[in-house]
Amino acid sequence: MKWLAKVEVTLKQAVLDPQGVAVESSLTTMGYENVKRVRVGKYLELVLEAADRDKASAQVEEMSRRLLSNPVIEDFSYSIQEAGV
Amino acid sequence: MKFAVIVFPGSNCDLDAYHLVQDILNEPVEYIRHDTDSIGDADLVIIPGGFSYGDYLRSGAIARFSRIMPAVTEFAQSGGLVLGICNGFQVLTEAGLLPGALIRNRHLQFRCGQVYLRVENNSTPFTFTATRSDILKIPIAHGDGSYYVPPEKLQEIEDNGQVLFRYVNSSGEVTDEANPNGSINNIAGVCNKSGNVAGLMPHPERAGERILGSEDGLVIFKSVINYFGKKGVGAGD
Repeated sequence: MKWLAKVEVTLKQAVLDPQGVAVESSLTTMGYENVKRVRVGKYLELVLEAADRDKASAQVEEMSRRLLSNPVIEDFSYSIQEAGV
Repeated sequence: MKFAVIVFPGSNCDLDAYHLVQDILNEPVEYIRHDTDSIGDADLVIIPGGFSYGDYLRSGAIARFSRIMPAVTEFAQSGGLVLGICNGFQVLTEAGLLPGALIRNRHLQFRCGQVYLRVENNSTPFTFTATRSDILKIPIAHGDGSYYVPPEKLQEIEDNGQVLFRYVNSSGEVTDEANPNGSINNIAGVCNKSGNVAGLMPHPERAGERILGSEDGLVIFKSVINYFGKKGVGAGD
């Protein structure tokens, strides 16, 4: 069975995000002065084969921890759904 | 003493390191490809600078899982000397062989130029022919060089003397202006707890000849050679 995993990787709150600061500053310059904070992260989509959702989930968790994110500086979250045929 | 230089797809300072060891230090050196399993009989493994695997995902993240890395890790864990320069430093932090991580420069600019480093600990194999507080003029060239380590870990590596080099001004003072990338505590290079694995963002292999503007990088390589019981090397004069 095929599953679609959507993984989000974000910098930990304690880590300075200079890209976010630059984007925030640009938005402010454009007139969106109510924007108070921007954080730039990563979004990944994985299609994987697994017998059931739990197995797919366990594997995505492991891959996220080992490669897709760096636990020293980043957090991750993910969702899993059946992949369209 | 035998040197090995690991070559990943996208490494681009492998040649600089090889040249320094072979032509300036006159020591044996060989390239080790990323898709092999052994570092052979090397005494020091250099992980060179560059953009391994295009820096995709995070700098060093993909190289860290390449085929050669289990051999490098095993060598490091058994006390072998490993030096990561620039991208090599990023690879070693990703591999968990060194503490912390290297993130985007605070100002988002790629920085290329000479900086001054202060030797903070001269009791490691990489620094012991230096004097503590020595100031080294060494070039940098990186976009992801801002050293970060969580506060509790920062305290630990400072207390353990794991900070090898700090960015300073030409007078040796730690200042914000002297910090080229926003590194925490102006940290430019660190080692592991046992001192046999070291990494730094600046390029000592590009500071080994007068014609390049500085020979200050040699002290690191002379230290490791002396560590192996050999006396002084020709500095290319």
